[in-house]
Amino acid sequence: MALRRGRGFACVNYPIGMNLGGDPSQALVHATPDGKFMVTLSSIDLGQGMKSVTRQIAAETLGVPVSDVYVDTADSDTGPHCMGSFASRGTHRVGNAVIRAATEARTQLLEAAAEELEVDAADLEPDGEGGIQVRGAPQRSISVADAAIAAQFKQGRTLSGRGIFLVPPSEVDPETGEMSPVTCFAHAAMAVDVEVDDETGEVRVVEINSAYEVGRALNPKLVEQQLIGGAWMGLSHALYETTEPYYPEREHLPLDFNSYLMPGPGNIAPHNIAILERPAEDAPFGGKGPGEMCANPVLPAVANAVFDAVGVRCDELPITPEKILRGLRSANGS
Amino acid sequence: MPRTPITLVLNGTERSLFVESGENLLDALRRGIGDLSPKYGCAQGTCGTCSVQVDGRLQLACITLAETLSGRSITTAGGLAEGNELHPLQRSFMENFAAQCGYCTPGMLMAAKSLLDRNPHPRRQEVVEAISGNLCRCTGYEPIIDAILKAAEVMRRRTR
Repeated sequence: MALRRGRGFACVNYPIGMNLGGDPSQALVHATPDGKFMVTLSSIDLGQGMKSVTRQIAAETLGVPVSDVYVDTADSDTGPHCMGSFASRGTHRVGNAVIRAATEARTQLLEAAAEELEVDAADLEPDGEGGIQVRGAPQRSISVADAAIAAQFKQGRTLSGRGIFLVPPSEVDPETGEMSPVTCFAHAAMAVDVEVDDETGEVRVVEINSAYEVGRALNPKLVEQQLIGGAWMGLSHALYETTEPYYPEREHLPLDFNSYLMPGPGNIAPHNIAILERPAEDAPFGGKGPGEMCANPVLPAVANAVFDAVGVRCDELPITPEKILRGLRSANGS
Repeated sequence: MPRTPITLVLNGTERSLFVESGENLLDALRRGIGDLSPKYGCAQGTCGTCSVQVDGRLQLACITLAETLSGRSITTAGGLAEGNELHPLQRSFMENFAAQCGYCTPGMLMAAKSLLDRNPHPRRQEVVEAISGNLCRCTGYEPIIDAILKAAEVMRRRTR
């Protein structure tokens, strides 16, 4: 009886969004009377950081500091339509809608500033620090706040923008079945090292090494954290979690956190991540988003690592000690 | 339903309220007093996000009877900051990205505080054990463990 080491590998091509029905998302942007900007969405931040990322995207597009942008989300009564937070689509679809809405609001902001400065709006640029200046003559400037106040209390102008991102619906070719389900793909590759106890069937994940290609990491710390946390969730799915009974009788059905197994802080495997950036053409500032892909490669990589270690091919999740021991027994012919 | 008046000290302030018989501390804090920092997770003592301190001891508010707490002192995550000054653990959780959706964070903070109260020099394994009663679904735990170890370092420098 021994601890046997194994290494498994898996790759993922992960589609961003889903094209059936156009997969639309909308955003509205408007200036408050003190020259801050509100981004209104009905998209949902589940903790993946979409509020932070859409805030960065709006600030970058408007040319104002991030601290001057607020994001209001998750109310489909008060926000414009969004398909939802799924299919790893948040950064890409919602981000694109935010860029369009913020671009329209920026145009109006510059027109209001141009009227105050008595110059052509085309000659103006925001300085990114709360001011708007004449290109090449920064001494001729006005603060975003003053331009917003002038627009809303003197000129009678709103500073607002509407944005929608819709992918042209792709019909299925009746002859070939060909269609374009998505507009871009993210990618990942992962190697998992495990140690399998061939007496108890227990699997210990020793180390994970991975590379994720996410377009551009718009918020590198959020991306890194999502990848680490998501890989943990994949590991949990691979080795522990199930809503089915671990043993055939229904009374062994996991009903609560006492019997629904998840790895705790004592079962963490070191995870080394390389984040690769190959910006996608139609993505907001190139960012495709890690999304669901962070959990996906773990499952096949662990299954392959277990096979490499003890020669047992588990094709049902989770890969429990029982399944491994049954596999070992049938291989030994006993 | 009979109601019992109790007086307890919440985060240093004396509070009086009526609690129903059988009411748990989590309900008393959230509905009775309005301290929303301890969260409702499993409501059966297995997820840890309702963790608070009762007289300095870590306790699960969802399975603690409120009636038994008259005269006791309760600390919640909502009471960790002093005015605008965040507790070193809160600051460290922020700086080390130890929260993603944030739902487990109040319980994690209280479990970590209870550890550092009794052991200012925890080893990594001791931190792991201290938060083993708290479930987190997003972070993979590692950033939380790192944040607690770094906060311990900051707190040791302060008391030196």
